[in-house]
Amino acid sequence: MRRRLLGSLKVWALSALVVAVALVPFVVNPYYTSLLIVIGIHTLLTVGLCLLMGYTGQVSLGHAAFYGTGAFFSAILSASHGVNPWLAMFIAAVATGGMAYLVSFPIFQLRGNYLAMATLGFGIILWVAFRELDQFTGGPSGLSGVPYLSIGGLVFNTDFKYYYLVWIAVLGILFISQNIVNSRTGRAMRSIRSNEDAARSVGIGVSGFKVKVFVLAAVYASLAGSLYVHYLTFVSPQPFGFLFSVRLIVMAVVGGLASIWGAIFGTTAVTFMSESLHRFGELDIILFGFLLMVVMVFLPQGLTRGLMDLYERVRARARGAGR
Amino acid sequence: MGTVVELCLYGVSLGAIYAIIALGFTIIHSVTRIINFAQGEFVMLGGMLAFVLLSSAHLPLAVAFVLAVVMVALIGLMLERLAIRPARNAPVVSLIIITIGASIFIRGIAGKVWGKDPVVIPAFTGEEPVSFLGASLNPQSFWVLGTTLAVMVLLHLFFSYTMLGKALRACASNRKAASLVGINVGTMSLIAFSLSAALGATAGIVVAPITFPSYSVGVMLGLKGFVAAALGGFTSLVLAVVGGLGLGVVESLAAGLISSAYKDAIALAILFVVLLVQVRRFREVGEEE
Repeated sequence: MRRRLLGSLKVWALSALVVAVALVPFVVNPYYTSLLIVIGIHTLLTVGLCLLMGYTGQVSLGHAAFYGTGAFFSAILSASHGVNPWLAMFIAAVATGGMAYLVSFPIFQLRGNYLAMATLGFGIILWVAFRELDQFTGGPSGLSGVPYLSIGGLVFNTDFKYYYLVWIAVLGILFISQNIVNSRTGRAMRSIRSNEDAARSVGIGVSGFKVKVFVLAAVYASLAGSLYVHYLTFVSPQPFGFLFSVRLIVMAVVGGLASIWGAIFGTTAVTFMSESLHRFGELDIILFGFLLMVVMVFLPQGLTRGLMDLYERVRARARGAGR
Repeated sequence: MGTVVELCLYGVSLGAIYAIIALGFTIIHSVTRIINFAQGEFVMLGGMLAFVLLSSAHLPLAVAFVLAVVMVALIGLMLERLAIRPARNAPVVSLIIITIGASIFIRGIAGKVWGKDPVVIPAFTGEEPVSFLGASLNPQSFWVLGTTLAVMVLLHLFFSYTMLGKALRACASNRKAASLVGINVGTMSLIAFSLSAALGATAGIVVAPITFPSYSVGVMLGLKGFVAAALGGFTSLVLAVVGGLGLGVVESLAAGLISSAYKDAIALAILFVVLLVQVRRFREVGEEE
């Protein structure tokens, strides 16, 4: 009964979300449209991280590296070599996924803390590479002249048009991810998170699933990177450092690590917090650090679910007292 | 030849710092099985607090040194009590995220309070370079080496001859058994965090006149200390020190002879190799639990 109720609730929530997404650009002012584009792009990254960290229990502290790889592949191919942007995006995704695939073999020899450090190291190495391989990446000053995406005569050169492009991608990816999570693969992922040895003992190919999820998250990140560069038509190594990886974790944690739809909420909440704190300097980093600690210590299900649980508990207590 | 000697000696003094940081990682990990991602921030705090005490409060060097170390040790204590203890039984992923949160929280506050520019702390005993084997050395390097040596000797005495040190070692080898014989494991975890924080701060202060600390030095220093600690498998203090010195020399040679832009990348490539070589050992440590 409860389940059916939740099910129908979900359908309503989903439809409401789609309608909201479709209508938003008509309602809000242009500044928010551009903010929502960025939120959409970051949501793609957060969803991948949720699959990897929340569902499968594998930490990645270097996720920004895949975002950067996708971004630079897209930018270099389309700006410096005149490749069609869509083809460049595809090649970037394949290349980033392939890199993740190769890296995953040594990296998933490691667990827990060591995995975290290895991914952190990997992220920093790639960041150094983005900065230093300046004959390809333009070095610290970056690469400009990245073309806009276009379909036929429709050129995605305004925020209004780009908004729809990004959010169609976001909804598509969320839908795919939700299906993965509810499938056999999703159950295998969760079993790996709760007990890797037990999962192995009932015949789940633990390493295979870890690699698959890692590559999938990398491909999502690459798509996000491509969408990012074709939006700004510029790329520099600056946004792909360690702090951005941490920021992605904050988004995933706030939305609830093991929650696909929470990714949208977490990303939106963190982006708005960050924007509203912007004029006070880098207060956002302090807030993020604080949030990470507080949410993980007190509300490990994420801010939304945690607050909902808290509300339920308070209400239950009130009802109990009423009797 | 002179340059190579110079690079090696510089590397040793750099490595000595990594060694002290590695000791901090190793102590916390041995006692609590936690990797403290905020370890590098202790180093940063040590340097920055010493700078404030020296330049704004005009305290004598020795007083500033001790005071800064004590303050950072207290911060380590607070970190354990407020953030680690309440989540003691959480999964590893949560603990990693918590210490990362602590790390950027501390870093953010430091950036806000002290600004972004590196600060300059005068060398402990003058800037006059010392000539050694045809190389000229910064006298502060001797302070770094001397401090590392002193720290190692003191730690050795502490862990071998004091009741507290032995209790910590008991925790490291088997937590359950330690608590059965009446050792308060929670207190030991608290002590491990403060001790590591104090060690980190010590490293941060002695190296400050050479590297000019700023609010953001914590990440890289922490990572390199981690590499050194990983060389020692997070259990051996001696190997952690050897690892730190080795890493310092390799990094310094790489920066001097190959490219300084890639020195961090080289150190991190070493991280991968070390992790993969040590992976079996980590499994064994993990399975003891």
